[in-house]
Amino acid sequence: MDFTLPEELLIFRDTLRKFVEKELEPISEQVEEEDHIPDRIVEKMKDLGLFGLAIPSEHGGYGMSVLGQCVAMEELSRTNACFRTRIGTNNGIGSMGIVIAGTEEQKRKYLPRLASGAMTGAFALTEPNAGSDASAIRTTAVRKGDKYILNGTKHFITNGDIAGLSTVMALTDRPKGTKGISAFLVEEGFPGFSVGKIERKMGFRGSHTCELLFDDCEVPAENLLGREGEGFRIAMQVLDKGRLMMGACALGAIERLIELSTTFAKTRVTFGEPIINRQAIQWMLVNMAIDAYAVRNAVYHAAWKLDRGERVTKEAAMVKVLATETACRAADSAVQIHGGMGYMKGMAVERFYRDLRLLRIYEGTSEILRMIVAREMSR
Amino acid sequence: MKILVTLKPVPNPDEKVKVREDGKGIVRENIKTVVNPFCEIAVEEGLRIREAHGGEVVVLTVGPRESDQQLRTALAMGADRGILVEAAGDLDSLAVAKVIAKVAAEEKPDLVLNGKQAVDDDNNQVGQILAALLSWPQATFVSKLEPDMGCRKAKATREVDGGLETIEVPLPAVITADLRLNEPRYASLPGIMKAKKKEVKLVPVASLGVDTKPKVRVLSLTPPRQRSGGRKVADVAELVSLLSNEAKIL
Ligand SMILES: Cc1cc2nc3c(=O)[nH]c(=O)nc-3n(C[C@H](O)[C@H](O)[C@H](O)COP(=O)(O)OP(=O)(O)OC[C@H]3O[C@@H](n4cnc5c(N)ncnc54)[C@H](O)[C@@H]3O)c2cc1C
Repeated sequence: MDFTLPEELLIFRDTLRKFVEKELEPISEQVEEEDHIPDRIVEKMKDLGLFGLAIPSEHGGYGMSVLGQCVAMEELSRTNACFRTRIGTNNGIGSMGIVIAGTEEQKRKYLPRLASGAMTGAFALTEPNAGSDASAIRTTAVRKGDKYILNGTKHFITNGDIAGLSTVMALTDRPKGTKGISAFLVEEGFPGFSVGKIERKMGFRGSHTCELLFDDCEVPAENLLGREGEGFRIAMQVLDKGRLMMGACALGAIERLIELSTTFAKTRVTFGEPIINRQAIQWMLVNMAIDAYAVRNAVYHAAWKLDRGERVTKEAAMVKVLATETACRAADSAVQIHGGMGYMKGMAVERFYRDLRLLRIYEGTSEILRMIVAREMSR
Repeated sequence: MKILVTLKPVPNPDEKVKVREDGKGIVRENIKTVVNPFCEIAVEEGLRIREAHGGEVVVLTVGPRESDQQLRTALAMGADRGILVEAAGDLDSLAVAKVIAKVAAEEKPDLVLNGKQAVDDDNNQVGQILAALLSWPQATFVSKLEPDMGCRKAKATREVDGGLETIEVPLPAVITADLRLNEPRYASLPGIMKAKKKEVKLVPVASLGVDTKPKVRVLSLTPPRQRSGGRKVADVAELVSLLSNEAKIL
């Protein structure tokens, strides 16, 4: 077994490490305050190629391996989570549907713009009454001549306010359940489409989660993705990779938490000694390191498997549960090691503690993922 | 304009290095190798000159086979092609300068850009020796460079003690880059993909017919003394007395 990363990935990892340290980390608190990523940073992210990691090279992207994408997400997750979220939809669920199921025309029209970052992608499945249970969605799409007419409300949609293109799941045939769900490519500015409320949330400041409103929204029939009734299947295909990416994000955060906590423990003196000399503190750090090691191997192994073209539904679900639950534990320890300082605004560990909590909820809750693993185990 | 930029692979300056047991070198295992930061600045300058005046940027490393990664990083930043003169073990400044001179004689660049020094040994010699070997003019510690291809000369602003000195050198010339010359760009993903198709020529050092036998022998390396803890004093009087009587610096 060879664990060395290809040279190009080592170079890219170095680039990202520097970019995070020099450009993102210094403004991570500013972004937290302003709830907004400065445009000049987004431009730099475009120049680095970050919006097109996953999009095939024939469509303007860089067609990185899944392992490569994991490495990139891991590095970007060492700072404020909003940065990697900014590029996350374009590399994941906001574009992969088109890669998998799009027509040549759809690919030519949208993928190059998504890859360059000229256009931001979003993915809209969740509704007020349908999260884990996607079959409960109520947004409808009715064919009228050469158009579909969409009606309904989506909520909790990441990057919804800045998206030029949203992949929207809507019912074309209600009685068929999930097999009656179709996917539509909805551009900003389509008649009847608007952005509703922008949520105030526990964390992930700098990244916006929005309501999308469809009021007799007109979508050209050629913007149906795949065939009618294929929407849910397309979404599920994209999700395996998305879950793996979540694992990589959690991993980057854990590594950073270990560094922050170790540095703090070396310098914080109580009762005349740095707290790192205390076994109670050491064991917290050690447990974080053990966890990080396990998570890294799980993430990379599943990525390697997916790169070989194997089905990883079970592994991806397991990786997401393992990595995100581990990360929340690590964040808890990190706050504990920092003591009162860990509870203060402006401390990175305080931010990680809040931000990481989301990872156990979106792209499949831990409970739903365990159900998936159980199903896979009894296949 | 043809520009030859030299790159030295160095141990990551952000990591803690340990002296080897024999005291004659440092422990290389588990220490990442990176491009010497001053060489990175030299690459950036080469790219900017090419972007303004056209031409070619060739990057050159003298080092082990693994240095390919540092060369590829420069190619990903935008350099056109690379030359790796494969040499195992540490060469001294003179040997490296001789190798570069040999390559320069073949490549005939208008400019050779070096970092002003490498952050590992801090010798600050290669550029100077190289200029002497080639009998070319040199401008060291350059913080601003304005080449004029029409008149085949370059204006260079040098950072000297207590100020700046601006000189003019005819081309070809050797320039060594200082910290403030520029802010190097990143090796972007598009750049990395393009670099995969760029040529890196492998040249065994023995094939150059250069005498690389070291003239300098490292006798010993000593790590910096461990800092001892601070001490609290009661008042200024005690501080002054300790500084003059114990530390003997007043
Ligand atoms: C910040 C943020 C960003 C988001 N971004 C997007 C986005 O871009 N696009 C998008 O479509 N969605 C997005 N979501 C929505 C997210 O995917 C859902 O919130 C998530 O799937 C959970 O759905 P829910 O909130 O409706 O919770 P519910 O499904 O109501 O679940 C509530 C609880 O019940 C549990 N539960 C549910 N069903 C079962 C069961 N059968 N057995 C056991 N336990 C169960 C769940 O695990 C959870 O603990 C985002 C959410 C957030 C918070």
